[in-house]
Amino acid sequence: MADPNPSDSRILRIWDSFKSRIPEIWSSISVPVVAVIISLLIGAIILLISGSNPLRAYGALLEGALGDAGGIRRTLEKATPLIFSGLAVAFAFKAGLFNIGAQGQLIFGALVASIVGFGISGIPAIIHVPLALIAGATAGALYGAIPGALRTFTGAHEVITTIMLNYIALNITDYLANGPLKDPTPGNIVARTPKIFDSAVIPDLPFIEWLPLGFVVACLMASITWWLLWRTTLGYEIRTVGQNPNAARYAGMRVAQTVILTMVISGLLAGLGGAVETQGIVYRFQPGFNVNLGFDGITIALLGKTSPFGVIPAALLVGAMRAGASQMQFRADVATEIIDVIQAIILFLVAADMIIRWIIRQRAAAGDGISLSSGWGSNS
Amino acid sequence: MATASPTISQTEEKSFLRDNWILLSVLGVTLILILYFYNQNAIVTTAVLAAALRQSTPLVLGAMCGILCERSGIVNIGIEGTMLLSAFVGFITSFLLQDALGPGAIWVGVVIGVLSGGLMGLLLAWMSVTLRMDQIIGGTVINILAVGLTGYFYQQGLTAGDKLRAIPLGPLADIPLIGRVFFDNPPLTYLTLLLIVLVHLLIYYTRWGLRTRAVGEHPRAADTVGVNVYKIRYVNVILGSCLAGLAGAYLTLEAVGSFERLMTNGRGFIALAVMLFGKRTPFGAWGAALLFGFATALNTQLQFADINIPHQFVGLLPFVLTILVVAGLVGRTRDPKALGTAYSKE
Repeated sequence: MADPNPSDSRILRIWDSFKSRIPEIWSSISVPVVAVIISLLIGAIILLISGSNPLRAYGALLEGALGDAGGIRRTLEKATPLIFSGLAVAFAFKAGLFNIGAQGQLIFGALVASIVGFGISGIPAIIHVPLALIAGATAGALYGAIPGALRTFTGAHEVITTIMLNYIALNITDYLANGPLKDPTPGNIVARTPKIFDSAVIPDLPFIEWLPLGFVVACLMASITWWLLWRTTLGYEIRTVGQNPNAARYAGMRVAQTVILTMVISGLLAGLGGAVETQGIVYRFQPGFNVNLGFDGITIALLGKTSPFGVIPAALLVGAMRAGASQMQFRADVATEIIDVIQAIILFLVAADMIIRWIIRQRAAAGDGISLSSGWGSNS
Repeated sequence: MATASPTISQTEEKSFLRDNWILLSVLGVTLILILYFYNQNAIVTTAVLAAALRQSTPLVLGAMCGILCERSGIVNIGIEGTMLLSAFVGFITSFLLQDALGPGAIWVGVVIGVLSGGLMGLLLAWMSVTLRMDQIIGGTVINILAVGLTGYFYQQGLTAGDKLRAIPLGPLADIPLIGRVFFDNPPLTYLTLLLIVLVHLLIYYTRWGLRTRAVGEHPRAADTVGVNVYKIRYVNVILGSCLAGLAGAYLTLEAVGSFERLMTNGRGFIALAVMLFGKRTPFGAWGAALLFGFATALNTQLQFADINIPHQFVGLLPFVLTILVVAGLVGRTRDPKALGTAYSKE
């Protein structure tokens, strides 16, 4: 905040109203912010113990992530699929569902988008790009519908079914990229699909080359998700089911339908993330290119306090760390996996927020806690 | 407490046949097929079965980790990470000590690997029992942490001097088929077979096992009659994670002889599937693990014989079967009632 000019009463008023809201804003972001700071400190200690200079390492990380236009673009590119998987997990959280399957939904989205991307030719980009995006999103939505339906009709817990579905997706896509859909280019021995046509590639924005269009789409989806959750009847139903399914049932809401629909939308968000990844960054489907995005989504959803707009800064943070990691490895000779360690500590501190609240002497607000797991299967 | 004991174990025993008919019938059919193929080609059949047992060892150990945790009411999806970390710690320990200790270094590696698994268990128990964190998130923390730590401290190209070798058990190893498969194995495989029996006895025939099951079903009631719910959960999660640690040590120090990034390759999650398929009983899990191990071994053999079923199809089989079981489409599982919920003493 710049020092306000006392002669301008309007700026002063805005500043005053901002100042009066500082405690409120602080109480809503304090846990994630403190969690990130503590995690970076612990990361620095690990670096010190293993004989690296933490200042040098973090400096290289920062420069690689934000040092120039190329770095910023890399950060935004890394953050884009993370926003989608974070949104997918956060959205399901609102209905009390734990979608560990964002991973599987995302890779199916990426695969189907690539099929539409290389399988159809001769149509203009204005049709081809959205067509492939929609195809990817639909694939993710359908794959998300499976655990939703299993939960509703058989009681099978979505955590176990989505873990299993992740591995099923991994095997199926691996088979397809190795077999029927393998890139037939002579000399290719890598498991990957052919390159998508240029007409399916998400174009760059004119003039602002550091800003990938996919990132804009991701932010747009975050806004739509927010609107869906807080401004529509469906969103109200989803939140009610999440807070108290019995009350929702008593109020005449169709809980079963809401659960399936939530998983469909969650899968759609993840699938769209996969499609954006394929059409904006990788330009084909290649197994193993997007491992762990699903689990990263859990960290990001929790760091963003399961709010659609909170997901964006959380994804930017993790995206920046991932984008700067290779620079850190190159310049400070630090293995990129330190990022995973830091991320695990962030996840731990955000989930065990009573530790941080104890450190900064803050009381928990109502409804801050997260508790979802209870049992796996159909209890006969 | 004493009066409750016969009721629980009796109902479980009575329903064993009814609950496990799928697993039992699949195993039965497999057995008949094995005898047929043994008649056709003894050497290949023996090799496939021996490979099946090797493949099943880390799965059944991981599954027993899941059994001990879930019987006491704690969901553990961090088995994968625990295995990975222990595989690494066990390997590095034996690598660093091999000059000083010679062949004994491997055994020190095994012990340290198991203990590091226990340490991960302590972390999970602290998160889910003391901090009352969501248990799925707790497991995810362990999984991400293990990927990070093992990747960060990993160094390319380290190989141990040796790995644990097979010890034929005298004349037993000369029995056709059975001898080669069961009595000509490296030490940790024998140990695993022994542990299956021990965990079964622990759960069903000791006071500790009864209390564990009580805590998993109804912690409040157990607490009322003086059982220390926190202690039962802590100890079971730590013991179970030691077993997952043994699975990790098995991978690096007995099966492969070196460590690679992400080498557990989903085995911890397959172990969850094995646990559910085996209805959270040690012998059920063993049967399921053998079945999955057999599928993998058979698959490898088919590739050698140029019969091309894509290996991914066999690879996804355990996961499909588990979904069917959890959904109650093929048999049913019954969760411990208090599974996944934190207990607070008031």
